[in-house]
Amino acid sequence: MARLVPRAGDAVFANVERVNAELFTLTYGAIVRQLLTDFEEVEEVNKQLDQMGYNIGIRLIDEFLAKANVTRCVDFKETAEVIAKVGFKMFLGVTASVTNWDADSTECSLILEDNPLVDFVELPETCHGLYYCNVLCGVIRGALEMVSMKTEVRWVRDMLRGDDAYELRLKLLEQVPEEYPYKDEE
Amino acid sequence: MIGVGRPKQYANVLEKPLGKGKQEVSLNAYSFLFSELVQYNQTRVDNIAELERRLEDAGYGVGLRVLELLCHREKGNRREIRLLGILSFVHSTVWKSLFGKVADSLEKGTEHEDEYMISERELLVNRFISVPKDMGNFNCGAFVAGIVKGVLDGAGFPAVVTAHFVPVEGQPRPRTTILIKFAEEVLQREARLG
Repeated sequence: MARLVPRAGDAVFANVERVNAELFTLTYGAIVRQLLTDFEEVEEVNKQLDQMGYNIGIRLIDEFLAKANVTRCVDFKETAEVIAKVGFKMFLGVTASVTNWDADSTECSLILEDNPLVDFVELPETCHGLYYCNVLCGVIRGALEMVSMKTEVRWVRDMLRGDDAYELRLKLLEQVPEEYPYKDEE
Repeated sequence: MIGVGRPKQYANVLEKPLGKGKQEVSLNAYSFLFSELVQYNQTRVDNIAELERRLEDAGYGVGLRVLELLCHREKGNRREIRLLGILSFVHSTVWKSLFGKVADSLEKGTEHEDEYMISERELLVNRFISVPKDMGNFNCGAFVAGIVKGVLDGAGFPAVVTAHFVPVEGQPRPRTTILIKFAEEVLQREARLG
């Protein structure tokens, strides 16, 4: 079982190749602008960003499992911790904290302390309904689906919309049992 | 801002401190994102030229912002007004900030007075891209060409900027050359300035 070595994410991040965060931020901004021009409706843009994130997530999980040196998580609680402390660190160089668990441990919040996607960003009046960072929801959903967890991920607080933090709500819908033949021998 | 600890709320994006721009994300994160940009645009076009144009458009917006950002941060709120000055700004300052290194080379075209080339042996955005045969000369460098165009345009040096693969002897992969062809007015102004 995966025991999180403290600062495991830092070690992984230190060993991967990195690029300037501003290039990342500005490129993401270019994508959002292109979507806004193409779709005009912010609802559609939210959907498209989530879809793009999903596409990334289903590929990113392989990279994560290959490099992050974690083993199978025993429960959803551990999964959330790994996402917050290792996943976010490894790819974005930031960490999140996990809070607000519900009674049966299927729902929690990830609070992002830093968010490299939103530097230089200000939402204009016309984009009020936009979840600017919606790509992250898709990424988490896609990645978890590849490890047999169906989840629902959505933004509940967003500083670009005037809230006081970036908060993602993560909800485990069902754990899909792996079917024979098993993918690995554990 | 990234890296300043707990996020602070600002009424307005312009009040935020500019930051040193030293923060990093993983190359994978960037590559995944860039690949989505390319794939998304692929669904919206029916030919290669159109695809390159859309990538260039995306890059153009990045270029405008990079110019503004770097002029404030690196150049004490000044920007270059001479041709060679702005070219070396792109080749050195912009490249270093975005890609972590100065571009491999900056050359003047031998056949045309108005042409300059910036070459890179392994352009970041082309690193994980293999262009299928049926897509001909398509080059994801169009995005970087767009960035260069955005920087030049924003600084008052309108130009046509394109990306090309150039085979290198003894190397399995071609290098990418960003060809910059300045508008006539730019050269006339430059001549006037002497």
